[in-house]
Amino acid sequence: MKGTNLGEFEELVLLTIAALTDGAYSVAICDELEKHAERKVRLGVVHAVLNRLETKGYLSSQLGAPTSERGGRRKRFYELTTAGKAALIKSKQIRDGLWRIIPAFVFKGMI
Amino acid sequence: MQQPKTPQPPRWADRLLQWYCRPELLEDLQGDLYECFQRNLRAKGLRKARFIYVIDVVKFIRPYTTRSPVKYSSMNHPNLIRHYLKSGLRGLAKSKLFTGINVLGMAISMSVGLLLIAYLSELHSFDRFHDNFSSIYRVISSHTTDRGIQDYASTSPLAGQRIADGTPGIEELVTIQRSFNKDVGHEDKILPLRGLWASVNFFDLFSFNLIAGNTASALEAPYSLVLSQSAAEKLFQRTEVVGEAVVIEDEVYTITAVVEDPPTNSHLDFEMLGALSTLEQKMSVEQQAAWQSWTNIWDSHIYLRLDRNASPRTIQTSLDRISNRENQQDETNKIQLKLQALSEVVISQNLSNHVGYHVDKAFLWFLGVLALVVMLSACFNHTNLSIARALRRSREVGVRKVVGASRGQVFTQFLVEAVIMALLALGFSFLLFLWIRPHFLNLEPSFFARISLHPTLSTYLYFVTLAISIGLISGFLPALFFSKISPAKVIKDISKLRLFKQVSLRKVLITFQYVLSICFMVAISLVYHQYRYFLSYDLGFNTENILNIELQGNDYQLLKREFEQLSDVTDISASKLVPSVGDTYSTSAKLPGALDSTFVHYNVIDEQYIELHEHELIAGENFSPLSSERPEESAVITNEKTLAFFELGSPTEAIGKELIISGQRMQIVGVVKDFHNSTLRDPIRRFVFRRDPEQLQVINLKLATADLGITMDRLEAIWSKVDPVHPFQASFFDESIQHAYNEYTAMIKIIGFLAILAITIASFGLLGMVVFTTETRFKEISIRKIMGATERGLVMLLSRGFLSLLLVAAVIGLPLTYFLFDQLVFAEIAARAPIGPFELLPGVLAVISIALLAISSQTIRVAKANPVDALRDE
Repeated sequence: MKGTNLGEFEELVLLTIAALTDGAYSVAICDELEKHAERKVRLGVVHAVLNRLETKGYLSSQLGAPTSERGGRRKRFYELTTAGKAALIKSKQIRDGLWRIIPAFVFKGMI
Repeated sequence: MQQPKTPQPPRWADRLLQWYCRPELLEDLQGDLYECFQRNLRAKGLRKARFIYVIDVVKFIRPYTTRSPVKYSSMNHPNLIRHYLKSGLRGLAKSKLFTGINVLGMAISMSVGLLLIAYLSELHSFDRFHDNFSSIYRVISSHTTDRGIQDYASTSPLAGQRIADGTPGIEELVTIQRSFNKDVGHEDKILPLRGLWASVNFFDLFSFNLIAGNTASALEAPYSLVLSQSAAEKLFQRTEVVGEAVVIEDEVYTITAVVEDPPTNSHLDFEMLGALSTLEQKMSVEQQAAWQSWTNIWDSHIYLRLDRNASPRTIQTSLDRISNRENQQDETNKIQLKLQALSEVVISQNLSNHVGYHVDKAFLWFLGVLALVVMLSACFNHTNLSIARALRRSREVGVRKVVGASRGQVFTQFLVEAVIMALLALGFSFLLFLWIRPHFLNLEPSFFARISLHPTLSTYLYFVTLAISIGLISGFLPALFFSKISPAKVIKDISKLRLFKQVSLRKVLITFQYVLSICFMVAISLVYHQYRYFLSYDLGFNTENILNIELQGNDYQLLKREFEQLSDVTDISASKLVPSVGDTYSTSAKLPGALDSTFVHYNVIDEQYIELHEHELIAGENFSPLSSERPEESAVITNEKTLAFFELGSPTEAIGKELIISGQRMQIVGVVKDFHNSTLRDPIRRFVFRRDPEQLQVINLKLATADLGITMDRLEAIWSKVDPVHPFQASFFDESIQHAYNEYTAMIKIIGFLAILAITIASFGLLGMVVFTTETRFKEISIRKIMGATERGLVMLLSRGFLSLLLVAAVIGLPLTYFLFDQLVFAEIAARAPIGPFELLPGVLAVISIALLAISSQTIRVAKANPVDALRDE
C-alpha cells in the first residue's frame, strides 16, 4: 500500500468517475479520460487503477445488466465513496491553497 | 447467446484468459476486451482486431488478475483419490463382463510386454559387473572391399600393438582370441572345454574373480592355463589345482589360476583361458608375420580401458590416424578401426565375427514392434468398450457434474478406473508370463543360451510402469469423452446423447484389431508354405536315409572299415561339409593364363560320394580312386554354372580342360547337374567337387534298416570303440535340412503366438461391442419382432454392420501382408514358393469365422428372446 495519497493518474480517474456519474464503467472512463487529457490511455492501466482504488476504499462498484455489445457480459459500474470524495476535496484544497499564494506576475500573460 | 455469424475474438485467447483470470474479475475483463474488440473490428478490420485482442489478453496477465495456484491442488484431494478408487472398484465389480473382457485382453497382451521388458533389462544388465564398466571399450573394424562394407567385432593383432605403442589415455589393453575349444586331458580323463586365448592383463581389465592364483602372472608365461571353477571340479573334483599339469593336443599346460565361472550376464563365456603368449610361441616366423598383418582381422578381439580423463573421441581420432597410415599399404582392403562401448557389445547391429553372446538389434526391434502393436490392440478394447457403455454411465457422470464435479475430476476418475483395471491385469499377466517364459526360451535354445528372464527389482518397477501407462493410454479417450458430457442433456433426455463421432472411432479401432489379426494369420500361412516348399524342394540330389556323422578328427578309413561291417549300412562316403544346410566353403578360381580370379564354392569328397547322393553326372566320369603315385589333387568335377561362367562350352567339350583352383592347376574330369549347395535362400552358384583325403570331416552312411533304434545303437557302439572321448554326433540329412530352416519354424511359433493373442483380444473386443449394441437395441428388436420380423432377418440386421467391418479388415490386411512379405521378408529368397489365394484364404476365413461365432452368439440370443420381456417394464 502506498498510503492514502492520490497519484496523479488516480486523481484523474476519480475525477472522471465523478464527472460521468451514472455511466462510469471501465471503457467509458477510458474514453472520457482520453478526451480530456488528450493522451492515449490504456485499458489495462485504467483497470489496474480501478482495482487499486477499490481496495483503498475510494471506489465502490456493482454489476449492471448484460449487454450485447459486450458479448452478453455485464458492466461493472463505479461510484465514489465518501472517502473517495474526501480525498478529492483534500487534494483540491492543497492545490487551491498553493495557487492562492502564487504572485500574479508568475503566470502573467499565460492565463 | 452469441450470434454465430458475428466475427469473434480468437477462442484460444479467450480460453487463456479464462484459465488465468480470477473468477471474480473475469466477467468484467472479458466484457471490456470484447467491447474493444468490436470497436477495433469496425475501425481496423478483423485481423487487426483479433491481434489486438490477443495482445491485450497477454497484457492483462498481472499479479492482481491471476488466480492463485494453491486453489488447484485442493482439486484432487487425497480423499477424492480414495473415492475414485472405491467407486472404480465398485464399477468394475458391477459390470463383470466388461471387466472380464478388458482384464483378460490386457493381461494376455501385457504378458508379451513383460517378456520383452524382462529380456531387455536382462540384456541391459550384461557386463555391468566389471569395475569401470563405462570406460571399457572394444575396438572393432569396418572392412571395405569391392563387395561393400562389413563391420567385424574382431580386429588385427597389429592394431592392438599400434594402439598400445602410441596412444595416450589408455589404461589397459587386452587381446583375446577365439578358437581355443580343445580337449583337455588329465591322467586318464579327457574333457572338451570351451576356451579363449587371452593376453597377460586380462584380469586387470575384466573383473572376473580368481579363486586361486595371481591376477598379474596367471596368463604371463607360455603354456599357462586358467580353469573355471566348474571345469576344475569336472576335471579334478576339486578347485585347489594351481600347479597341476594338463595335456592339450599332446602339449603340457600348467594351471596357474582358477577363476569363478563367468556370470550369466557376461558376454564373454569360457571354461578355460590360455595365455596368448603360447600361441605366439607356437607360430613359425612366417605364420607370425601373417598373423600380425593389418588385414588379418578375423580372429582377434581387442578391449581397452580408457583413462579417467581420456575421452572416447580423442581415442577415436588416434584410431583414425592409425587406420589411415596402415591403409596406405593396401589398395583393395580398407580397414577402419572404431570404438564400441562395452554397453553396446551385447546388442549390436550388422556385426560379424562375434565373441560371446550377442543379439541383433533388428531382432529386438521386430519383437518390440509386434509387442507394442498387440498391446495397443488390447488398449483399444478398453477404449471401445468404455465408450460403448456410455449410455449406462453418462447419467452417473451427469449427476456427478450437477453435484459439483469439475471436468478435471471426471477425467481423473475415468483414468483412475482404467489404471486400476490395468494393474489388475498385471497380476494375471505376471502369472501368464511365468507360464510362457520357458516356452519362449525354448523357441530357440541356442539363441537364449545365457538368458534366464528372471526379473530383478528394477524389472518389477518397469512392469508396474508398463501397466500404468497402458491404463493411461486406454483410459484417455473415454475419460475425455465422459468429461465433456453436459449434465443437462443426459439428465433430461439420455437418447439425445450424441454418440455418432464415437461410433466411427470405435469402428476404426475394431477394424484395426482385425487387420492386425488377419495380417498375423496371413503371415503364418506365407511362412508355413515357404517352409514346406523348402523341405519338399528337389535339391538336385538325394538326401533320403543318409546319416551324416562328424568325424571329429578320427581316421576316416578306420571308421569306414568298422561301419562297413554292419549290414544296415548299404553305402559309405565322406565329405568336407554337409551341403544344402547353409555352410559353404569358397576359394579362388581362374582360367589358366587369366589375370583376374573369381570365387567358386567347393566341397571336398571321396569317390563314393557322387553315387551315394545320386548326383547326375552329365558328362565325364567320377573321380577315380587316388593312386599312391599321384597323391596330389589334380582333378575336379564342376557344375554347369561354372562351365557357363568360364565359357568352357558344352559339358562334353569341357572335359579335359583345365582350371586354376586355389593356385593349383586342375583338370575337369566330370560335370554334374546344377544343385543347391547352399540353402534354398541363395541361388545356385559356381561350384566344384574336389578331392583331398586330409580335409574330410563328415562321413555319410546310406542306411537301409527296419529298426532305426537298433541300427543307431550299433553305430554308436562302433563309434565309442573307435573314439571313447567325443560323443557320437550324427544327424539324418533330411533333419539337418529341416534344421537349416529353423528360423522359419521359430518365426511361425512367434507369429503364431502373437496371432492367437491378437485374435483373442479382437474377438473379446468384438464380443463386448456386440453385447452392448444388442442390449441397447433390445427394445427396437422386440418391436420389430412383434411387427413380424423373422429371426433370420433380425440376426442379419444386427450382424450386418460388424460383417462389413470384417470385410474391410480383410481387404486391407491381406494385400498389406502379402506385399510386405513379397517385397521385404522373402525378397532375397531364390526358391520362392508359388503362393495364390488358396494358400492365403484359409487364414483369413479362420479369423472371420471366429469373429462370426462371437457375433452370432449374441445376435441369435437377442433375436430369439421373447419380446414381452423387453417391453413389459414400461
